[in-house]
Amino acid sequence: MNEAAWSWEHAAAVLPELLNGLRITVLATVVGMVIASVLGLIVAVVRRSGLRVVTMPIGFLVEFIRSTPLLVQFVFANLLFTQFPSLAVGCVVLGIHYATYMSEVYRAGIDAVPKGQWEAAIALDLPRSRTWGAVILPQAIRNTLPGLGNYAISMFKETPFLFAIAVVEMYTAAQQYGANNFRYIEAITLVGLLFLLVSYPTSLLVRRLENRLA
Amino acid sequence: MSDNLQQLVELLPQLGEGILVTLELTLGGAVLALLIAFTLGFGSRARTKWARVPSRVVVEFFRGTSLVVQIFWLYYVLPLPPFYVELDPLACGILALGLNYGAYASEVVRGSINSVAKGQWEAAVALDLGPVHRMRRVIMPQAWPLMIPMFTNLLIQLVKGSALAAYISLHDLNFFTEELRERTSETVFSYTVGLLLYFAVAYLLTLGMNALEVRAKNRLGAGPSLREVLRLAPVQTTADVGAGTPASTASKGGDRA
Amino acid sequence: MPENDTTPAIEFRGVVKQFGHNTVLDGLDFSVAQGDRVTLIGPSGSGKTTILRLLMTLEEADGGLIFVDGDPYTHEMRGDKRVAIPEKRRSLVRRRVGMVFQQFNLFPNMTVLENIIEAPIHVLGKSKAAAITDAEALLDKVGLAEKRDERPTKLSGGQQQRVAIARALAMEPDILLLDEVTSALDPELVADVLGVLRNIAETTDITMLIVTHEMQFAREVSNRVLMFDGGKIVEEADPETIFTSPSHERTQEFLRAIL
Repeated sequence: MNEAAWSWEHAAAVLPELLNGLRITVLATVVGMVIASVLGLIVAVVRRSGLRVVTMPIGFLVEFIRSTPLLVQFVFANLLFTQFPSLAVGCVVLGIHYATYMSEVYRAGIDAVPKGQWEAAIALDLPRSRTWGAVILPQAIRNTLPGLGNYAISMFKETPFLFAIAVVEMYTAAQQYGANNFRYIEAITLVGLLFLLVSYPTSLLVRRLENRLA
Repeated sequence: MSDNLQQLVELLPQLGEGILVTLELTLGGAVLALLIAFTLGFGSRARTKWARVPSRVVVEFFRGTSLVVQIFWLYYVLPLPPFYVELDPLACGILALGLNYGAYASEVVRGSINSVAKGQWEAAVALDLGPVHRMRRVIMPQAWPLMIPMFTNLLIQLVKGSALAAYISLHDLNFFTEELRERTSETVFSYTVGLLLYFAVAYLLTLGMNALEVRAKNRLGAGPSLREVLRLAPVQTTADVGAGTPASTASKGGDRA
Repeated sequence: MPENDTTPAIEFRGVVKQFGHNTVLDGLDFSVAQGDRVTLIGPSGSGKTTILRLLMTLEEADGGLIFVDGDPYTHEMRGDKRVAIPEKRRSLVRRRVGMVFQQFNLFPNMTVLENIIEAPIHVLGKSKAAAITDAEALLDKVGLAEKRDERPTKLSGGQQQRVAIARALAMEPDILLLDEVTSALDPELVADVLGVLRNIAETTDITMLIVTHEMQFAREVSNRVLMFDGGKIVEEADPETIFTSPSHERTQEFLRAIL
């Protein structure tokens, strides 16, 4: 074999494709996180205030989604909803999967609001919607920011699972380059480094936020 | 539907193999992860830079680079020059899972050790217990119950991550699910079966880990003993219940307010 | 072991301790004679607890020297350089010092008996049988013989503290440090703990260094009281004098505030 172990040429050639993929990766993370944040909050509030007939099935569903592989869920959803683009299906699945985690973050955040706040709201005779909207949630959300950040990072690192439904995010781009050129080393190594390059500084920021809020 | 079940029964041997491979990956990955977690966890809190800095670098590296990339790097790149290391796919999967979740778990180890009350460390110093003895007899027995619930979460993550194995030529549960779909041409049926199987694996592991947690807490003199929990006898403890209920996160809805 | 009776049990020479920019001890000198029972009083933040923690190597002095029975403890002078003493040698000195904490700090993963015998077996190298015999005698002394196989978490605060005292005594220390040992207790449990300590003071010749807010206890047990303020000793006298006719203005203020 006269091939060099590492070729900067290949590295240079694959990089633009990876950066293109990074755009999709970030897009999926942002859209997924928006869905997860909203849906997670709804789940948390419903589970807290709803009836047993509602909370039990939701509880099971949350636990089910949370303890089964995202990868399999991607493929399943993609097979079911062939009429939608894979990227859209992927974002929604990501969002739903992480909503199950986010709902726990919200729940903890709501639980962390002192009991006196609920009691004060009752003493003031505030309607339920005001109690939630003006008293509890504003305090709870603050507590959830680090959790939100951490899950955004972990979602970012799970977007490569999208390769299974042929969404050309960063990893799939590398995979394709590798297959087309029979050169994997630069492509896959660089993807790893790009993930590190984005996720590590972000996680430092989240840690700072955690310390500030703690 | 009965056709589907018929197919499922015919595929039982493959199902058995699928579960076996998934369990092998899970247990292999978990044992490796545990070893790595304690090595890097202790390394990260070592006094000398020479142990601490490399540990931190390894932890951040494996946390930061994504499991998918790691597993395929081991699978596609490692056999190439300059490495020429061709791993068996199962070893490849176990190694990737172990390294990735080991890095996460090392943070659990570090954090749990650090969160043992300061007074416990001080009392051990006051009794002149040496560092190793202190860790083994005083700190670890108290840090361990703190680690278990977080280990449980990571273990479930690991099971989920193991589904990647199907893409490195292993016939795991994920592979079986696809096989079932091809045989039945029934997406909903096959994937529901597949996901339920994953759920069952995760649920059983959670049960086991919860039992471990109850036992560890009971040894600290907190919470009921495992026997009491299993007997479902009315237990009169002050706090710390909830550890006994499997998948406690799901069952606690908080129905007040 | 004491070399002779004139060697102080504890001696601080020019000890400096800072926390960040806050200087808690600024060149502190004082000594405690063998068998003395010394109570440190003073407003919070005056450095009393820091003195105990330095003696337990839970804090590291930034300057000065500490001697136990005349032996350099954490640092020594080599020529005119102050150098740290390695952990192995510190440990030999530390073995003579015991401490009882405000928060008891019993090990929850061990029974009462196991808490007491752990260090005698593994540090002093006692046989298990001997350690148990001694531990039972100590439990008897603190009035908790029947609790030997209980978990600490099942005991009241006062009982836990008495176990902690037994645990410290099991190491047969020459010096016992008592750091606000009754501050975390409900008022009705204080008397039992103080009774145990009074008994120890009467029946042993252990040197005691006490930080407490229980002035009555200080008066009964100690033979010397040191009033601290701003990291310095502002007054030093026998308890009778200091509690009835304190001479320093800060002492008067302090006693007026807490009595």
